[in-house]
Amino acid sequence: MDPTASQLGRPQLVELYHFMRLNRSVEERLANLYRQGKVVGGLYRSLGQEACSVGSAYALGPGDVFTPLIRNLGAIFVRGGRPRDVFCQYMARAAGPTGGRDLNVHFGWLSETGSMLAVVSMLGDMISILTGAVLAERMKGKKTVALTWIGDGGASTGAFHEGLNFACVQKAPLVLIVENNKYAYSTPTRKQTANTRFVDRAQAYGCFGEAVDGNDVLAVYAATRRAVDRARAGQGPTLIEADTMRMRGHAEHDDMKYVPREVIAQWVPKDPIARYERFLLDSAVASQSDLDAVAAMIDRQLDLDLAWAEASPFPDAGSGLDRVYEGAPARPPVPRLVAEWEARKRR
Amino acid sequence: MALLTYLDAIRLAMLEEMQRDPRVFVLGQDVGAYGGAFRVTAGFLETFGEGRVIDTPISESAIVGAAIGAALMGMRPIAEMQFIDFISLAFDQLVNYAAKSRYRWGAGVPIVVRGPCGGGVHGGPYHSQNPESYFMNVPGLKIVAPATPTDAKGLMTSAIRDPDPVLYLEHKFLYRRVKEDVPDGEVLVPIGKARIARPGSHLSIVSYAAMLHVALEAAEAAAAEGIDVEVLDLRTLLPLDEEAILTTAAKTGKVIVLHEATRTGGPGGEIVALIAEGAFESLDAPVVRLAPPDTPVPYAPPLEEYFLPNAQSVGKAIRALYDY
Repeated sequence: MDPTASQLGRPQLVELYHFMRLNRSVEERLANLYRQGKVVGGLYRSLGQEACSVGSAYALGPGDVFTPLIRNLGAIFVRGGRPRDVFCQYMARAAGPTGGRDLNVHFGWLSETGSMLAVVSMLGDMISILTGAVLAERMKGKKTVALTWIGDGGASTGAFHEGLNFACVQKAPLVLIVENNKYAYSTPTRKQTANTRFVDRAQAYGCFGEAVDGNDVLAVYAATRRAVDRARAGQGPTLIEADTMRMRGHAEHDDMKYVPREVIAQWVPKDPIARYERFLLDSAVASQSDLDAVAAMIDRQLDLDLAWAEASPFPDAGSGLDRVYEGAPARPPVPRLVAEWEARKRR
Repeated sequence: MALLTYLDAIRLAMLEEMQRDPRVFVLGQDVGAYGGAFRVTAGFLETFGEGRVIDTPISESAIVGAAIGAALMGMRPIAEMQFIDFISLAFDQLVNYAAKSRYRWGAGVPIVVRGPCGGGVHGGPYHSQNPESYFMNVPGLKIVAPATPTDAKGLMTSAIRDPDPVLYLEHKFLYRRVKEDVPDGEVLVPIGKARIARPGSHLSIVSYAAMLHVALEAAEAAAAEGIDVEVLDLRTLLPLDEEAILTTAAKTGKVIVLHEATRTGGPGGEIVALIAEGAFESLDAPVVRLAPPDTPVPYAPPLEEYFLPNAQSVGKAIRALYDY
């Protein structure tokens, strides 16, 4: 790990640790909630990929816009999202940002200080959406940069091609991280593409490309920072291939039997948080007690956030009819005949 | 007042909105230097420059996706599908992002996706479609389909100003075939409101877009035989003006639903269901659905003429219903 490439001072270096640790700790709490049956849907972990989310999002500036995918939980916290919101999203609670209408990281916010555009499940869609977002900013004379991610599987979609191609034609200030975590659900990368070097695609589309060790948070940060600076300077998109490994199944129900054990074993020593801890200790950026203090602070925060989320009820059954359009809510699903019959019975 | 074609009216509405509101811009294939395949954006590039008149790659998903992203950041994009048939390639962005965004996370997506629909010009299976039915089952989307230049202008202006995504279906058969005096300046036609195109008392035809003109022609012919036909122009397909549909059904008790989308699963099924639920006691006859057969739109003139409802086939239905 090379701290000089990142040009980050000690507070920032410790902050990176904080966000990666927070990313993992929130998911550990979510895994407990999942086992308790409190997560009403699936749980999608980013274990082993925290550096890809945290290092990249940390390179954005004020006002920049981003969209996290399912394994980019850490990026949400870097950009100001709250763990309590994520707990509510997974548990479908009314107090969450979507009030139980959508799940997990499917939420967002619009803000002058930096928007998070809500993701959809259809992979690749966000590339053209973010391209449009920064083209709009350019029309307003702003130098806003957009960041999003795609997996080795999502890179097979038509939307990936259309979005990145259009972004490159427009020289849009977009940074796209291809997070190559080796498996899309159970499908290995070699069944997604005949050329598994995703960084080669940068040349094909006519943008900057960089391959980076996705488990080295400083390398991810430095590469993204270069890309963000180029984008802001009007030099167009960058595709960054981050080499990493999904250390859990697609979701918690998935035992990942399709991944050879020796592959997992190879990646265990490359764990991004353990590596970064060693770096921080070896380079005397932080002491063990500093790291312990970070972990303890996170634990205290998550205790509060989880209590807050668990105190929230589910949304009321009939409350999901509004906000389809601006204005009047949708009609309840009661046919006229039934409504009139009920009214007669009441009389 | 100015005598405008349907196409002029669409262009003028976009032009005036772009002059009024710097957030409005257009993007699509060949919309710039060429002015669009049907010249709907002719002259826009010269007036507004490349920043607001964006020629795109042949990437319908990216066109609608970029429009969504721009809208989220406060713009008012108008995305052109060169032919509306190609909206299949942008289905996901429109249905899964634009239409659900406000519901999911409170962020409205004020985009207009517009493009030429409809047959009668020998465009064959991929340049003649009427895709409204695919989208009528999408909560969060609005669909408009004007029949006249005034409505074309007024609905485009309303669509651009609408806070939600609007699919604007412009019937290419009408582009240069219908003309009328359109008021100068701002014309606003509310989305979700039908219009009585012809008042009548014996029976009602519910229609829209090019078929509205077929309905009017048939109604005129029937009038000569003493049959007084009311014609309701829906103008908006989503949300449907249920009140107007039920009112005309209750008034005449006999209803023909006429459209150019094919029959099974077409808009007529929904309209007829509304009438069955809401005006059952007023009906004096079975509701009649007139629509093309369940086939793709064929190319050869005799095949296409057979495919499309016309004043003769509508006239027959009017007489049959009147005699019931």
